[in-house]
Amino acid sequence: MTVYTSGTDTTHLPPMSDQARLGQNIYQDKNCIACHQFYGLGGYMGPDLTNVISTRGEAYAGAFITSGTARMPNFDLSPDEVSALVAFLSAVDQTGTYPPKNYAVAWNGTVSQEDDPR
Amino acid sequence: MRLGMLALAAGMFFGVIGGFQFLFPEFLQEFLFTKTRPLHVSLVISSIFLIAIGGIYFYLPRQCRLPLFSVKAVSLHFWIFLVTGLAIIACYLSGQFGGREYFEFPPILSLPIFLTWILFGVNYFNTVRQDTESWPVYYWMWGTGIVFFFITYTEAHLYLIPYFRENMVREIMVQWKSYGALTGSWNMLVYGTALYLATKISGCDKYARSKLAFGLYFLGLFNLMFGWAHHTYLVPSDPWIRSFAYFVSMTELFIFGKIIWDWRSSLEDWQKNRHCNAYRFLIAADIWVFVNLGLALIISVPAFNLFTHGTHITVAHAMGSTIGINMMILLASVFYVIREELPNEVHARCSKQLRSGYLLANLSLAVFFVALILAGIGKGNYDGGSFQEMMLAIRPFLVAFTVSGVTMMIGFWIILWHGFRLMGKIMESDGIAEPLPA
Repeated sequence: MTVYTSGTDTTHLPPMSDQARLGQNIYQDKNCIACHQFYGLGGYMGPDLTNVISTRGEAYAGAFITSGTARMPNFDLSPDEVSALVAFLSAVDQTGTYPPKNYAVAWNGTVSQEDDPR
Repeated sequence: MRLGMLALAAGMFFGVIGGFQFLFPEFLQEFLFTKTRPLHVSLVISSIFLIAIGGIYFYLPRQCRLPLFSVKAVSLHFWIFLVTGLAIIACYLSGQFGGREYFEFPPILSLPIFLTWILFGVNYFNTVRQDTESWPVYYWMWGTGIVFFFITYTEAHLYLIPYFRENMVREIMVQWKSYGALTGSWNMLVYGTALYLATKISGCDKYARSKLAFGLYFLGLFNLMFGWAHHTYLVPSDPWIRSFAYFVSMTELFIFGKIIWDWRSSLEDWQKNRHCNAYRFLIAADIWVFVNLGLALIISVPAFNLFTHGTHITVAHAMGSTIGINMMILLASVFYVIREELPNEVHARCSKQLRSGYLLANLSLAVFFVALILAGIGKGNYDGGSFQEMMLAIRPFLVAFTVSGVTMMIGFWIILWHGFRLMGKIMESDGIAEPLPA
């Protein structure tokens, strides 16, 4: 337990809001992970959403969630549910950067990342 | 084992539907990919457990001469597993989720799954402890698989505790640690079965009692416990975890080298035993171990992982391992049991069809595997621009992936049909369902 949670403290971030927690539940209840990824982990039908808020913006994400696309169905979510999902995606967005942009590869194949937010 | 074969046949069918949905997102809109994916994954994973556990319940009383501690517990195990499985399928079909990736069903349904593993564990350990001599390595592997499944499946549910749930990074780390180790635990059940079969087919006990066998077992256990972190190289956590996982992954090179060595020396045996279906499946598994371990070693190097992580190359590794290694070993187990119980039946009636199914499944898997790697290279070059354009660019590979998925399913269905039918004959004749009482 200590090993694999080592270094995962996010004391530099505000605690997850109630709205974001609601969004987290919706994300699970609609099984969004079947198609989307966080940090490259998840399904490949849709894009990785780790930094969708900082790269595309809340309005963009909200519009996609509300209307759906050719590849993603419209889940008929209420405006409150859409806001909650956007709040959850914002919370995830603050945890780090994926894919890493600033990194260095050493001779032995290891990689040091310089865009770790901690 | 028959239920496992049914689950595999159905799981592959949902996988093919999912493949078509990748190409044509409008295909079966009322039956979303959010349903087909968990149906595919859960049915295939359950087939691994069902066939592996069915084999262990067969081998212990029939061939290891260890009467089962409780025959009733076997029956209870089966029925709880079946009813829970049907409930999970019903949840998926009705869109009732609430769990995490790979266990998307409502977490309350995990309680009966825990119960079945307690039943299995108690029954298994009380059965094998009757063997007062030193245990062969496959007893240790099966036991380790049972214990670690229980531990890692528990870890996979830590997200229900706020300490984990309210920290996304911690939750992802724990989730993927548990999945990596959980895969290692079912590999212990499957590889234990492979070693059991190798011992019995060759008639040579040294495979299961040598220092090398135990050395590889401990190496596998070490990887099970510490080799999971290559899934999470890019998740923010302590850098030393990545370096350690990298080191642990590289220890698999020993296994890799040993496989090449053994494979070369086993060619003569293979030629001598070409009549044996079980041996044929084991040889296929051996080749796929070689291919998949090679890919695993590459993607475990952090510098390469930067490019391959989050792409279809990871899927190629997962599918190649599950289908090429686990399924081939488990089908070897199925046809070993059939051959033991019905020595003449396979060759008299269906050896040609089995051979066709075997070749079709393996050749299709090769195309499937390469198509996924090529799609992964395409995705690895994705610069974060239009996702649709990237998907269009890799479409030819996804077409090859889907078409080979269809032919692979046909190949496996041919094999599974004969396996299912012949197992049915055995049950009619002497009843595998009634193992020796204690």
